[in-house]
Amino acid sequence: MARIVLDDLAHSYRPHPAGPDDYALKRIDTVWEDGGAYALLGPSGCGKTTLLNIISGLLIPSQGRVLYDETDVTRLPPEKRNIAQVFQFPVLYDTMTVRENLSFPLRNRGVSPSDTATRVMEVAQALDLVAVLDAKASGLSADAKQKISLGRGLVRSDVAAILFDEPLTVIDPHLKWQLRRKLKEIHDRFKLTLIYVTHDQVEAMTFADQVVVMYDGEIVQIGTPQDLFENPEHTFVGYFIGSPGMNLLPVTMDGEAALTGSSRIPLTPALAGKARAAAAAGAKLELGIRPMYLGLEDAGVDYGVAARINLVEDQGDCRIVTVSMGDVTVKARVPEGRAIPSQEARAVFPPEWTRIFADGRLLK
Amino acid sequence: MEKWDDNKAWFLVLPVFLVVAFSAIIPLMTVVNYSVQDIMAPGQGIFVGPEWYREVLHDPRLHEAFLRQLIYSFTVLAIEIPLGIAVALTLPSKGWKVSACLVLLALPLLIPWNVVGTIWVVFSRPDIGLAGVTINELLGIPYNYTADPMDSWLTVVIMDIWHWTPLVVLLCYAGLQAIPEAYYQAAKIDGASRWAVFRFIQLPKMRGVLMIAVLLRFMDSFMIYTEPFVLTGGGPGNSTTFLSQFLTKMAIGQFDLGPAAAFSLIYFLVILLLSYIFYTVITNLGKGVAK
Repeated sequence: MARIVLDDLAHSYRPHPAGPDDYALKRIDTVWEDGGAYALLGPSGCGKTTLLNIISGLLIPSQGRVLYDETDVTRLPPEKRNIAQVFQFPVLYDTMTVRENLSFPLRNRGVSPSDTATRVMEVAQALDLVAVLDAKASGLSADAKQKISLGRGLVRSDVAAILFDEPLTVIDPHLKWQLRRKLKEIHDRFKLTLIYVTHDQVEAMTFADQVVVMYDGEIVQIGTPQDLFENPEHTFVGYFIGSPGMNLLPVTMDGEAALTGSSRIPLTPALAGKARAAAAAGAKLELGIRPMYLGLEDAGVDYGVAARINLVEDQGDCRIVTVSMGDVTVKARVPEGRAIPSQEARAVFPPEWTRIFADGRLLK
Repeated sequence: MEKWDDNKAWFLVLPVFLVVAFSAIIPLMTVVNYSVQDIMAPGQGIFVGPEWYREVLHDPRLHEAFLRQLIYSFTVLAIEIPLGIAVALTLPSKGWKVSACLVLLALPLLIPWNVVGTIWVVFSRPDIGLAGVTINELLGIPYNYTADPMDSWLTVVIMDIWHWTPLVVLLCYAGLQAIPEAYYQAAKIDGASRWAVFRFIQLPKMRGVLMIAVLLRFMDSFMIYTEPFVLTGGGPGNSTTFLSQFLTKMAIGQFDLGPAAAFSLIYFLVILLLSYIFYTVITNLGKGVAK
């Protein structure tokens, strides 16, 4: 059990990094609470795995410290830290049985055979592996193998955190949710800190209490799934979370409204004030709105922005409508059963759901 | 689905049948033909049935050569396989050193076999050879591979090790390189010792390439001919006369084509049988352990 403190971390794979572009991890300074379920979410190459390997001790960061509670573990090798890791594909000792696989970390640490047996049985029960304990591990299905990898972490009573590096990549879709639920169960039962790396937002959102979104070597936002959806602090979060992602339009300010091309989009007075100040300071402004909050009305109404319907895609429970306003296009998510104007329409931006980003950062 | 009465598909396999027939079955059948006849002159043979087989199987010189061959092959395997694994484990895994090591290691494999024999003749001669002179003069140990059976045995075995261990190393190295990094990381996290990493990760993952290495080395060493022929000529006495050489002496030296043909077939079956045993044992090895 431990709280994990990442104190001013940065890492470069080059021996003599010259500029910020040489860093795989730019500057990470954050605290992960004991017993939390965290998901590290981001596109490929954003530094998630690098960060994970630094926490597990497989990599030593170029700068900064890693603390477990109060102990500095930055330079400790993985076996000296109390962590376990589950990799992208199942890592098993092929020649051993499931029982031997699960006992292996304990045997290496000199735990007595009777304690080992008790502990292995307990973990096997939690993971539904009792029936296959004496089978060869190599003959099992991918999801059972991943459970064994997880079990090798759980058997150690001293484990502070379990790290997952995209553990469901090789699992059949219909088993994914089962395994994910198992993980939740394990989390509630063993009260461990879980850190879960993934590029799949659905996986991250359903697994974690707190989602850590990474982009280009930096943490851009840590928050609950709802937070990330409603208040993305960075245009990347807005675009990456949600399907389709947030509409982002480059805008300039004109009084209380944002201008894109010839379209005027009204803002709340408070937000308009901040946006004007940011624009005056030279920041590039973008307006963001989630497709589900963008309204579409008949051309006859006297509010909203003139728009033209380009494409309607039916997704079963809703329709995704592509709309052009002058030379920009936006997407709207219209629930099933609501009428969609045929050609000409008015796009409505409710001020309470309209966000302004200055140089990529949310204005609050 | 409706069953197809037309069996034209068999014609598609015909080319393979032809190739196998001309490359293996027909040549083999001429040997079978010889093995049941007494050949007086070309075109003049008398059918003798299993006579040659009976004679060959009861030949005490053949029994000796067979035993010698078995000892030789097992000695060579027992040294080359562990040595090859050990060398492969110490090789670097990245950087320019990899290419350097691999090229150096592969050199003996590129040398024609009779040249290998000649190199070792020159190397081992007690009067002028580097090794021969060093052992005799500097170390003071009497060594003469042309006169002492023990010395000639040692020389032939060491020559084979020099010549063929690199093959085992290359195969094992390829097997080791194919192990994903995550296995080593997981082992670290599990607190595994260096030995446990070898025993539970590297060795099991190398099983496939090791099987190839064992089979290749077994078959090749069991059929070894050129190098001992050049180095010792089978001597002193018959002490390094292995099966191939015995066969050649019989067939070409004495023109006993019938017995030689019978012996060839027995030889072929023995290699087939032993290779099959190796294959079965190694494939089942992993399954047996955990039971």
